Amino acid sequence: MITDMNKSIKKHSLIFLITIFLFTLLVTFLSEPFGINFISTSFVKVLGKTLCLCIAAIAMDVVWGYCGILSLGHFAFFGLGGYMIGMWLMYERTSIIVLNSLDDSQLPFTEIELQEAIGNQIFGVVGGTEIPLIWTFADNLYFQIIFVILIPGLIAFIFGWLAFRSRVTGVYLSILTQAMTLALSLYLFQNDSGLRGNNGLSGLQNIPHLENLSQSTISILFLWLSSIGLIFSFVIFNYIIQSKFGSVITAIRDNETRLRFFGYNVEIYKLFIFVITAIITGLAGAIYYPQAGIINPAEIAPIASIYLAVWVAIGGRGKLYGAILGAASVSLLSSWFTGGNAPNIPLGFFTIEWVNWWTVFLGIGFVAITIFSKGGLIGMLNTLLVKIK
Amino acid sequence: MKYLLIILFSLLSFNSAFSEENFDNFLFKNSKLIINSSSKTVGTFLEKINVYDQNTVSRFLNLWKNKKLFYIKETKKIVLISKFDNKTYYAIDIFSNAKIGKKKKKDFKKIKPNSGVRAKIATALVNFQIFSNDKNKRINSINALEKKILPEHLKLLRKAFLLEEDDRLKIKIKKLLQFAILQHGTDDKEKIKVLNELMTNTSIEVRAVLSKLLRTSEIKVTRNIEDLNNLNIAQIIKPEVISKKQFDEVIKSFFYKEKLKLSVIDAYKIAQKNGFLDKRVSLNELKIILENNIVDNKILGIDIKEFNENSKRIEVYNKLAKIKNLNIYRDETELLNDLKQLHFYKIYIEKNKYITNKTKQVLDSINFKVKFYKYLDLFIDGLSLSSIYFLGAIGLAITFGVMRVINMAHGEFIMMGAYTGYVVQSYITNHTLSLIIAFPLAFIITFIAGVIMERLVIKHLYKNPLDTLLATFGISIALQQLAKNIFGTQARPLTSPSWLDGSLIINDDLSISYIRIAIFVLGVLFFLILLFVMKKTRFGLETRSVTQNPVMASNMGVNTEKINMLTFGFGSGIAGVAGVAIGLFSKVTSELGSEYIVQSFMTVVVGGVGSIWGTLAGASLIGFLQKFIEWFNPSNTLAAQTYMIIFIILFIQFRPRGLIALKGRAANDN
Repeated sequence: MITDMNKSIKKHSLIFLITIFLFTLLVTFLSEPFGINFISTSFVKVLGKTLCLCIAAIAMDVVWGYCGILSLGHFAFFGLGGYMIGMWLMYERTSIIVLNSLDDSQLPFTEIELQEAIGNQIFGVVGGTEIPLIWTFADNLYFQIIFVILIPGLIAFIFGWLAFRSRVTGVYLSILTQAMTLALSLYLFQNDSGLRGNNGLSGLQNIPHLENLSQSTISILFLWLSSIGLIFSFVIFNYIIQSKFGSVITAIRDNETRLRFFGYNVEIYKLFIFVITAIITGLAGAIYYPQAGIINPAEIAPIASIYLAVWVAIGGRGKLYGAILGAASVSLLSSWFTGGNAPNIPLGFFTIEWVNWWTVFLGIGFVAITIFSKGGLIGMLNTLLVKIK
Repeated sequence: MKYLLIILFSLLSFNSAFSEENFDNFLFKNSKLIINSSSKTVGTFLEKINVYDQNTVSRFLNLWKNKKLFYIKETKKIVLISKFDNKTYYAIDIFSNAKIGKKKKKDFKKIKPNSGVRAKIATALVNFQIFSNDKNKRINSINALEKKILPEHLKLLRKAFLLEEDDRLKIKIKKLLQFAILQHGTDDKEKIKVLNELMTNTSIEVRAVLSKLLRTSEIKVTRNIEDLNNLNIAQIIKPEVISKKQFDEVIKSFFYKEKLKLSVIDAYKIAQKNGFLDKRVSLNELKIILENNIVDNKILGIDIKEFNENSKRIEVYNKLAKIKNLNIYRDETELLNDLKQLHFYKIYIEKNKYITNKTKQVLDSINFKVKFYKYLDLFIDGLSLSSIYFLGAIGLAITFGVMRVINMAHGEFIMMGAYTGYVVQSYITNHTLSLIIAFPLAFIITFIAGVIMERLVIKHLYKNPLDTLLATFGISIALQQLAKNIFGTQARPLTSPSWLDGSLIINDDLSISYIRIAIFVLGVLFFLILLFVMKKTRFGLETRSVTQNPVMASNMGVNTEKINMLTFGFGSGIAGVAGVAIGLFSKVTSELGSEYIVQSFMTVVVGGVGSIWGTLAGASLIGFLQKFIEWFNPSNTLAAQTYMIIFIILFIQFRPRGLIALKGRAANDN
């Protein structure tokens, strides 16, 4: 019986992975640089970004849907990943621009002059010229990629260790993670945080050393990167969940106290899941923000993390593809409805303008799903399928 | 008595009493100066009239300033006029008010002093008005003096102080006299006496005058240290090599006030300006000189690509300097050697050392008192921030604290309350009345909203708090957007009644705005009401029983469903009332609630869930802590909030159940 279930899950997963692959391939053939120019570059970017959000969503699903930790801080890790890669993108690009600004009648920069010129360019907006300490390794892509993994991982580790150790659980943990997110975003909002305050990091869509490639080509590159990232994280999380380790974390969700009595060190399991999901989310952010082009502290505000939970809940928690379905559908629909493209509905006495009313319906719909269908959209689909059979 | 003194004074100081007639003659002689007055000529004229009777002169100056004077074209006599008929006017003597003739309209001409002249007359008038019999005039002249005291006023103020009989005015004159002595006096002993008198006065004016006494010159330089002996030295400054901001310096500047520093380069500039040292080539100038000597991408045969280090630049520059006879570059350590023979210092503008020392001493003692008020002010700041946090969290103290329902839409109930206040105010213009109506109305509206929400949503989710959190978040975003659709995105005003404007001024350093007092009073009031309802009423008893053990409560005949509904409504209603209060001091927007939601939850968690006292303790802790952290770095409230939240996260590690933890069975049900 169990092997049957495993087989069916494996089958589902395989179907899913192939779908993602085919989808990416299809978009590539419909795009401007490699195909028939049916999809615009900006839409390719939207799709790429959506795939990154899906990565964050499955991470959220693992930590919440499987492990029962409703983290309201995972989008902060997403943003941190973006900041880490953004530092390199911005520093390297500025340094190229600064170096190119020299002509033959000028002496080449000394190390200090170069630093000053770059500092002026980047931190002029917040009234500084010095390059802060945290930018020490910003000239090195490999270091910054390590930071993309290390910083969210480290913060998640410290926070998780403190929280799980003192057995903060349930809603208290949620509030605590939310407070962590708020603290981080407030910190980044300061001008002297070293990350340009509320200006954030910008111009990230221009990838240094790839100046020869057009934005449309870069968008396809990042689409593939996002898609590979999604497949990669899906495989990793699927493996974790299928293993014995996965059964333990599901058991933690269902009855933590009982598991503790069995002699499991529950904290270690929770900490591992918390940290690994934070790292994957951070990586997703690092792929997302070069496509978005700009990152600022508002992105990290607590509400973003709650929306992440909302996507997972709408899609269906406890199923990885449920999370993906939720994140993709809700984020795409949201940008469609609030983008002003959706046709308004005239009711005679009142016209429903989607730009204004979408959030209201989303909120109400979300409440309905929480009350009536714990399994989300996937749960509803499954019940439907069972009834049809 | 007073008049006697005036006469005495005029006898003493003016040698002889000039009669009105003399002034009349004087005017007649100088009438051209008055008629064609300009701001240049009027000064000498005003000095001359000093010697005449003051009442007469001030009457004349007032008329002149207010453009009441005319002159007869023929004789240039200055008169007042009054109408006889359309074409003829009487000429009236300025002093006796007697009609001295009748002339045609065109024979008179108005004297029109320009604004510059009028300003000069006004200052001169101060001198005369300060001795006026009319008290209001004296007050006006003193108020005018308060703005700026000139050296010539010193004598005037001494006289006025002697003559003044009104006690309050005399105190004012005394204060001005003290300031005048400190600023313009010549007698050092008198200055010290005044300084001693000012020891207990902490007002900002006094501090301003005292710090003026401590004004210093710009940085000076000398080669002979003996030169300094006779000067009143404020500070001797040693030039130092100032590197880039380093970590330990950041820490230092955080804790200590930075002392004046003089970099070697600035010191060199000063020394050079004063002719002590040769001109120095800076690194930037050196670079420009090098760049001007580039030939075919080379300097002295060296490819410019190699010039990416300062050492290389300096080496080549020095070679170039020898060829072109320029100054050789000297680096900062060499400069420091040059500067060692020189002494940099600042002197006090006040020459008497004893006075500056005394002033410093007085300022120190004043600053000590000021510091005390600053701490008191900090305490009051903390108190009012705590009351704001308490207001934000008070509804949660019931819905989350007592019922354990995570209501993410709590902030939106606050917002609803604030908007209720706004709507009521737009119908009822009397702000006091509209508030009296808004408070209960906000309670009713949010109570109903709370009850509906409990019936429709929360009832289904009591067993699963995490789902409650998400569902109420859904409600929160829907309500927020709804408010945006109805009221727009711009901030709406909720104006407090005029009797809440202004503040209670205790002294220059300590004033409490009435709105802050009102918020504090409201917070206390809410707390008492809440405590009363929960502890002394049947409803409170039933609420507590249902939250502690619903099954047992229902066995005892309590309608648990009804109680849950009413309690949630009650908590929401309280949030609505708090919303009206919050709206009074912050702008009413659809995001008003979400600004408070995280802090409010923190307040309840830190204080201890389940206890209203806990919420009070939590709000106090968070409010005071935040103000305390802000005090270290006042410019940065964001950092203060960040550190406060980090503190709270750490705090919860050590006291997971909050400041006031429930004990016994009630504590175990989570």
